[in-house]
Amino acid sequence: MSFLELRKVEKRFGPFAVLTGIDLKVEEHQVVCLIGPSGCGKSTLLRCINGLEPIHGGEIVLEGDRVSGPGVDVNKLRREVGIVFQSFNLFPHMSVLENVTLAPVKVLGRSRKDAEAAARALLDRIGLAEKAREYPDRLSGGQQQRVAIVRALAMQPKLMLLDEITSALDPELVAEVLNIVRDLASRGMTMLLATHEMGFAREVASKVCFLHGGVVYEEGPPDVLFGAPKQERTRAFLKRIIEAGRL
Amino acid sequence: MSSVPIREDGPATGASSIPRRSGELALAAVAAATLTSLYALQTGILVRAAALREGAHGAWLEAAIWLVVLTALALFFPAARSLGFWQSKKRALGSNDVVSARICAAAARNWAFISLGYAAAGILALGFVNFVLANDMAVGRTFFYLPLIAEKYHLVVYAFWNNIFIFVIAEILVLVWGLVVAIGRLLPGEAGRPIRMLAALYCDVFRGLPAVVTLYLIGFGLPLSGIVPSEIPGIGKVPLTWYAIIALTLTYGAYVAEVYRAGIESIHWSQIAAARSLGLSYVQALRYVIVPQAVRRIMAPLLNDFIGLQKDTALVNVIGVIDGFNQSRIIASNAFNLSAVTIVAILFVLITIPQARFVDKLLERDQRRMRAQG
Repeated sequence: MSFLELRKVEKRFGPFAVLTGIDLKVEEHQVVCLIGPSGCGKSTLLRCINGLEPIHGGEIVLEGDRVSGPGVDVNKLRREVGIVFQSFNLFPHMSVLENVTLAPVKVLGRSRKDAEAAARALLDRIGLAEKAREYPDRLSGGQQQRVAIVRALAMQPKLMLLDEITSALDPELVAEVLNIVRDLASRGMTMLLATHEMGFAREVASKVCFLHGGVVYEEGPPDVLFGAPKQERTRAFLKRIIEAGRL
Repeated sequence: MSSVPIREDGPATGASSIPRRSGELALAAVAAATLTSLYALQTGILVRAAALREGAHGAWLEAAIWLVVLTALALFFPAARSLGFWQSKKRALGSNDVVSARICAAAARNWAFISLGYAAAGILALGFVNFVLANDMAVGRTFFYLPLIAEKYHLVVYAFWNNIFIFVIAEILVLVWGLVVAIGRLLPGEAGRPIRMLAALYCDVFRGLPAVVTLYLIGFGLPLSGIVPSEIPGIGKVPLTWYAIIALTLTYGAYVAEVYRAGIESIHWSQIAAARSLGLSYVQALRYVIVPQAVRRIMAPLLNDFIGLQKDTALVNVIGVIDGFNQSRIIASNAFNLSAVTIVAILFVLITIPQARFVDKLLERDQRRMRAQG
């Protein structure tokens, strides 16, 4: 039994089918990268896994427990599965510290003191300890995204979903965010990430999945998928990426 | 530098480089200063005559009159600067220095406009004084009869406490009630549909009803129907004031609910997604993430509705509550003079000003704290 298993997952927006039958397995401590053209359903897939979008077919199983469909306590699921968005989505009316401690205090029932100590330790780890009292608007994009990662980590999730977390950043700010992901990977965090950073995916991924036509079109270890893809469409996609200078 | 002589009324080509006309404006500024000064002098003479007639003339009034006249004369300063720059511009044009001419023309126009702007404001203010003094001071006596004001103002101020009591309690209730209705209108799902419809119906009805009709129906209807016991044991009779508070809360609750709703809907859905993704429930997401942001956005429109509510406390006299306006009307009809109503008018305006400044301060503080500099 895999840590996370998606079986024949389907998702529609009105008549438009985005996911038509996703089969995907993520083992514990693995880093799995989803690649594919814009609109292929990478983000939707991640949003389905932590219950932000309902699915219309198939099932999602986390640690042997079915977490899709009616009756699932999504609030409980989301304590286990953290997500970080492309557009950071920090709460603008709260300081960095308040952003990070809100959920541990209100959802997990931690004392404010404990939550703040834990938050400061995490902020220290990413080098933003001195920004604890600042408001998000005063931070750079890279700093905001690092805080967003810490905000998700503060819930001590078992699985992290990263949804194109560097796509909204200026190029020189991408590295500081990717370094945190590298650090998380080295600490054994299980992660599923949608990304356009192919070089990074090749470096950290245990497995890379190419999404096309609403299914996992091809998957494999990064060296195989990037080095010798079997499918014609995968080759075409990677060719365009290389032409764009991104690999 | 151009070798072609530059003329003020030259062709339109290359218009940006030709100094703009400024002579007429400078002369108009001088005319405006003269006119305002003469008007100030005439008004001063009128005021002095009226004061002498009323036996209210004194050194302070004389000083005030001369201060006004001297202030009007100060308009000649920008007018003179304007004339000066106009002359400099003509000299610069004569020596074909187009850049200096342009700078001087701009300065001449600027000084002329300053003179004209202040003159216009001065003439309006003097016009108001003349209006008050018109018809042998009949206008002034009707609205600003000082002896009556001095004698009765404490009665009006005392009754005005009733207005303050009503709007303070009503505003607190409206803040809570409006939010309840707004959230009712935003309840999700099929289960929420009947509540949504009910909340929408409430808003439609009480926003459409004139406040005075609601006051009338509630102030007379509730006691008449006997649904509210006329005496509550241990407390006594329910004062009419409370019916007024209920009626105004219902009316303004409908307005404020719509303001809240607009504020909540203006928060981007990604904020809800972020909050929910951390495990917060829908209610927690509203409570900690959405509503606090919405309230900051609606502060200014909320104040608008509060000021509206405060003014509508003047309507409570239809059910017999003695408020500031009702009291002042009684005084006015006894004395055949509206000066008592002027007192309540001034009170209504005065109470709104600190609130407006307070909201400005709050918003400014938030801006400073949360927004990036520059």
